[in-house]
Amino acid sequence: MVWNVRVLLLGLALFAAAPVHAVQVDEILPDPVLEQRAREISHDLRCMVCQNQSIDDSEAPLARDLRLLVRERLKAGDSDSQVVDFMVARYGEFVLLKPRMSWHTAVLWGAPLTILIAGLFAIGFSVLRRPAGAAVSETARLSEAERLKLDAIQRSQGL
Amino acid sequence: MIAELGHYALVLALALALIQSTSPVIGARKGDFALMKLADSTALAQFGFVALSFAALTACYVMSDFSVANVYENSHTQMPLIYKFTSVWGNHEGSMLLWVLILSLFGALVAAFGSNLPATLKANVLAVQSWVASAFYLFILFTSNPFRRLAEVPAEGRDLNPILQDFGLAVHPPMLYLGYVGFSIAFSFAVAALIEGRIDAAWARWVRPWTLLAWMCLTVGIAMGSYWAYYELGWGGWWFWDPVENASLMPWLAGTALLHSAVVMEKRNALKVWTILLAILTFSLSLIGTFLVRSGVLTSVHTFSTDPARGLFILLILCVFIGGSLALFAWRAPLLKQGGLFAPISRESALVFNNLFLATACATVFVGTLYPLVLEALTGDKISVGAPFFNLTFGPLFVPLLIAVPFGPLLAWKRGDLYGVAQRLLAAFAVAMVGLAATFAFAGVKAVFAPFGVGLALFVMAGAVTDIAERVDLRSLSPETIGRRAAGLPRSAWGTAVAHFALGITLLGIVSASTWGSERIVALKPSQTVSISGYDLSFDGMVVRDGSNYRETAAHFTVRKAGAVIGIMEPSKRTFPSRDGMSTTEAALLTRGVSQVYLSLGDNNADGSIAVRLYHKPLVLMIWLGAVVMALGGALSLSDRRLRIGAPKPAARLLAQPAE
Repeated sequence: MVWNVRVLLLGLALFAAAPVHAVQVDEILPDPVLEQRAREISHDLRCMVCQNQSIDDSEAPLARDLRLLVRERLKAGDSDSQVVDFMVARYGEFVLLKPRMSWHTAVLWGAPLTILIAGLFAIGFSVLRRPAGAAVSETARLSEAERLKLDAIQRSQGL
Repeated sequence: MIAELGHYALVLALALALIQSTSPVIGARKGDFALMKLADSTALAQFGFVALSFAALTACYVMSDFSVANVYENSHTQMPLIYKFTSVWGNHEGSMLLWVLILSLFGALVAAFGSNLPATLKANVLAVQSWVASAFYLFILFTSNPFRRLAEVPAEGRDLNPILQDFGLAVHPPMLYLGYVGFSIAFSFAVAALIEGRIDAAWARWVRPWTLLAWMCLTVGIAMGSYWAYYELGWGGWWFWDPVENASLMPWLAGTALLHSAVVMEKRNALKVWTILLAILTFSLSLIGTFLVRSGVLTSVHTFSTDPARGLFILLILCVFIGGSLALFAWRAPLLKQGGLFAPISRESALVFNNLFLATACATVFVGTLYPLVLEALTGDKISVGAPFFNLTFGPLFVPLLIAVPFGPLLAWKRGDLYGVAQRLLAAFAVAMVGLAATFAFAGVKAVFAPFGVGLALFVMAGAVTDIAERVDLRSLSPETIGRRAAGLPRSAWGTAVAHFALGITLLGIVSASTWGSERIVALKPSQTVSISGYDLSFDGMVVRDGSNYRETAAHFTVRKAGAVIGIMEPSKRTFPSRDGMSTTEAALLTRGVSQVYLSLGDNNADGSIAVRLYHKPLVLMIWLGAVVMALGGALSLSDRRLRIGAPKPAARLLAQPAE
């Protein structure tokens, strides 16, 4: 189903403008270190008119504006986190593909570990509930009727 | 006329489904074999009618009957024939028709090949299957009728969305749906078992082949979707953690867990309750995936509210089936007796470990995908959860899982010897260490995680080899023994080893392509050359040519390595006049072994140069190759004698004594 929404989305993006590629030649900063930092920041910023695309991947004109903005801030001497703060101040937390830890994302960030630990506890409890030593003496003896039946089966199979 | 026939066939399928929803259940209750048997005929007939309906829509497409709204909106007379077939499911209505076609196909397969099932179980399974089918027939007939006619017949269609005019559309959706919908069988078996209040090892044996089949299709479907996105979207990414992708990944993770827990249930009669729950959850996740994509709730909440009928209908289906089955589970599961016990170190425990991590990974994806929606609905805060979040949470969950993979198959059932297994894995561990060290030596310390990734991948692969080596007694060094034991080894053992080995292949591809890939973004004029990772690409000029329903501007590149020509690449842009000049970029790929050079076109500049994006993706094909091999492992396992023959003995016994 990947195709579906992505297609819809790309369709919209393409209708909106002639196909513009993600990072374009004229955007690239001459300083490779600065450019590398710009790319890394761009990976974690969302193109807000697209669905779930980073501005680094997006073809939308807005993404280009944001990419240029990131590079401008870097050229002005901002640190990586200052650039990100600037973007958040301007566009809200929606712009971050990796949401910040805070109260309203506590459930989100806490989920994986909580679920894992809860799973471990659930497994632990189900083990504890077992009768002691059950694992060892687990094979119950056959009842007389079962034994006769087994004999009959074995005989019929010629064993 | 054909469209009406298709519509009518679908209505008849609904009628049959309604009969099949009720009579077998009553039959199973009363011990009435005639009523139970009815399900076989209706399941086959249902499939027949849906197939007829699907064929009718296909015929409308092939004949370009634009009086049918669906055909008008998604087809064009000039479109190549293959796309006339594939566009049947390249839209909402048609894809739902494909969904029910596959659903009824699986129902028919159970009816036709389930002769070794106990009569009541089979009747109940087919009834549950029919509940799902009825809901979706109603959904199609009431909200998404693909056979709707237009009052005035247009002369020409609006063409299929150009991005879908690709071979990928022929493979990806059908495979994905075979997977999604295939899990409905596991679901129906689970619900039927709950209704009967009885479940045993034989149940797991019947469910496993269906789950395996669905899982294989889903694996290939996801891989195909990923590869398609990779070459079609033009920036060389292969997984985006897009909600739509996550929607297909969640059932895959749950389905993988189900495959493993069903093994425990089949062999050791343990983990019954959990396996039932997983079967329910896996299909529920498939339904949620369908809801997420079909309701438009993902694109924006706005889409959902402007056309609420579809979204609400699917939401209703979702609530009834997920809520209903979970309620049934809560009510009936305590009746199921827990079976075989096992020590903390044993094959069973290893599989529990596998399930714990797969389930957690699945839950993480679930929370990450739905969190923004829920948060916005509750508080109005808008946040995004994207790739960085998933990479950070999903990755660490998969590492322990992958480390454990080689241990699992080597541990004994009931009580294993971890130390002994570790000793047997020494060789695999040595291979991993050599790989790790070599990677460090060659690649340096710049990418810290990559050598560990390579080491882990090699450990998983060597572990799978160890598993087979141990089983065929490779150390005996007697070709006769090895040959005899290799031939005698159950296919499922080979399947396990192959699928596990494939995990290593995929991981190696992921690590390599994401760490050592390189990228160039440049503007080129004709006769200029650009180089990447030892490949020199010279731009020869532009070519303009006409395709069937598009006009294509291609850039001709000659690729050389060390001066010798090794190929040509022609990335292009296609413009579709039928779609108001909408255009697509077609990347050019040059495959060398399992690595690729990837070239895609950007804009034309005023000075006559063109912008290109050039990538070198080392070992990238291993990502999808691994998935294909994984599915092959599934196929090997599916061909196991044990699964083909089933469990006739208990079936015969249960047939004689219908449930009270």
